[in-house]
Amino acid sequence: MGTSRGNPPLAESPDGAAPDGAGARTLDRDQPRRARGRRDDDGSREQTMVPRAEFRSYYGRPVLKPPVWEWKIPAYLFTGGLSAGSAVLAAGADLTSRPALRRMSRINALTTLLASGYLLIADLGRPERFHHMLRVAKPTSPMSVGTWILTMYGPGVGIAAVSELLPAAVRHTMLGRLLDRLARPAAVTSAVLAPAVASYTAVLLSQTAAPAWHEAHPQLPFIFTGSAAASAGGLAMVLTPMDEAAPARMFAWYGGVSELVASKLMEQRLGLASEAYTTGRARQLRRWSQRLTAAGLAGATLAGRRSRAAAVASGLALLAGSALQRFGVFEAGVASTKDPQYVVVPQRQRLEG
Amino acid sequence: MMGDHSLSGPLDDVAADAGHLDHPPRVGFFTDTSVCIGCKACEVACKEWNLVPEDGLNLLGMSFDNTGMLGANSWRHVAFIEQQRPLGNQDTGLAGLPTGPSGTEQTTEVVSSALRHAERGGGELGTSPLPVDRGPQSLGMPSFDLPGAATGTEGRTDFRWLMSSDVCKHCTRAGCLDVCPTGALVRTEFGTVVVQQDICNGCGYCVSGCPYGVIDRRPHDGRAQKCTLCYDRLRDGLEPACAKACPTDSIQFGPLDELRARAAQRVEQLHERGVTEARLYGHDPTDGVGGTGAFFLLLDEPEVYGLPPDPVVPTRDLPAMWKYAGIAASAFLAAAVAVFAGSGR
Repeated sequence: MGTSRGNPPLAESPDGAAPDGAGARTLDRDQPRRARGRRDDDGSREQTMVPRAEFRSYYGRPVLKPPVWEWKIPAYLFTGGLSAGSAVLAAGADLTSRPALRRMSRINALTTLLASGYLLIADLGRPERFHHMLRVAKPTSPMSVGTWILTMYGPGVGIAAVSELLPAAVRHTMLGRLLDRLARPAAVTSAVLAPAVASYTAVLLSQTAAPAWHEAHPQLPFIFTGSAAASAGGLAMVLTPMDEAAPARMFAWYGGVSELVASKLMEQRLGLASEAYTTGRARQLRRWSQRLTAAGLAGATLAGRRSRAAAVASGLALLAGSALQRFGVFEAGVASTKDPQYVVVPQRQRLEG
Repeated sequence: MMGDHSLSGPLDDVAADAGHLDHPPRVGFFTDTSVCIGCKACEVACKEWNLVPEDGLNLLGMSFDNTGMLGANSWRHVAFIEQQRPLGNQDTGLAGLPTGPSGTEQTTEVVSSALRHAERGGGELGTSPLPVDRGPQSLGMPSFDLPGAATGTEGRTDFRWLMSSDVCKHCTRAGCLDVCPTGALVRTEFGTVVVQQDICNGCGYCVSGCPYGVIDRRPHDGRAQKCTLCYDRLRDGLEPACAKACPTDSIQFGPLDELRARAAQRVEQLHERGVTEARLYGHDPTDGVGGTGAFFLLLDEPEVYGLPPDPVVPTRDLPAMWKYAGIAASAFLAAAVAVFAGSGR
């Protein structure tokens, strides 16, 4: 039975007289497309493995592994930056006698730091082993460096915030007085470390094989510190009275402008990797980020000192803009690992250039 | 012993650099893909010896490759590429046979368009079913005729199969090792790179630090996993399971210096026999990762096999990264000072 089905075509087909089967139809239709296949150096016809002819890949599969990090990591980038910015504002407010701004900023710095801790630990594959990060101090690992920066930064933020939150009854005990005394040096220490907290995350993302993050290493630190300043200033504008919020407005202004400028530069200077930032979901997120940050800056400049409502609205816009920037940058890096073109095309150019 | 503090470039003695004073020679793999027959014995032997879990039993629909890529649950991966050209001066014997053009390009289009919709863009092991929005595609099978029976002689093409068993490269400058914040990833006395499973806390940094997309976090386990070059077997003087199982010696294990010499000879031999496209990949200590411990003889460009053409360890640019971060951090602090100094009180 099997032989009677298989034999006749074998005899006929060398003359091209085989009956028109299902297999033949699909193959015939495939013919014209094949003409696009490029010729190799030895003249034989090479088949392109991917519909887009500019580069070759293995069935279009990614070369790199997409990050295993989920939304918690960009969320941490936001809360960590917010904490750092708030710590700086808290110390400044303390030293220039702005009690309301000091109080709110100290509390903000701690609550966002606690959120950061949760996000970082929850994203681990084995959260119960988070303390293994403290086994080593490793200069080649920005995550290890960051762990130690956060470890040194945290206690100061904690002491300063707890001293603000002490109930009156405790405030007059020995412990209360001690905390009160420690609050300023603790807050200043954390403020000195805050710039490192705000900027190390840029190095953390850049020291990966993800082309969009790695190529952006000159601009990312400015985007991240800018985003940190803008969000911290924004949060302070929302929560503190206008007469004390002037430094917060100016800090937010500095942050927003450097974020917008660095982000523009990044789009222009990255070569092919900039496509990861300017297409798809990353583009949408970053577009909204830029709009909200710009609107927040305009609101803060024009009406921030006259209308409480305007200050709150601008502050919220800055916060949202900063958060979306982090998610946009994260998304771009992920996208650049999924599409093999971001890996193959620049590396091939490097070899042939 | 103090290692040198360079972050990239060649390194004569990786084990000594990592602090192993008295150590055996650096070992590795030379995978000669010109004799690979695609039997996947290496994949199976690796899974059996290392107790690597199953990663799905579905078909990928792109070739005989149903593993997809290296990952937490596949430490060896055999790639299959069908091309319309002869292998060297080989006679494929097609002249009298009703063999038409292959359907590879067509299946590639179906597969790669489906990959775009996969959760990790196909970066997960490829054996989970992918949503195909175009519905089922006819590949012309089953058919009552022999494949290509309806095409005339003019439709016949030369062909060759490229098969290559991919594995962790055990780089001289290992991106995964550099970024690991817990010290779970270590350089062994054999010069290989291994994850200590009792230390790893699954931070996932190594996954993004690898320029080859090798290491990954195992779902439901939470720890990073990759080829150990059978560290346990090496300690007992045995060769790794994949090399042991390879029936054609496509996977060769041994001291790296010896393998490099052997590989150079083999390339020369193939060139003499007319396989001019034979080339080595990863053998050069001056490349972006300082040369790899597992290197390959390929018959086409590396990207055809899913390998990066010119990988560079991300750590190479670390000083520049911190420099920019330092400038940005200083500007951040200066702005804060200026803001308070400027607004008085």
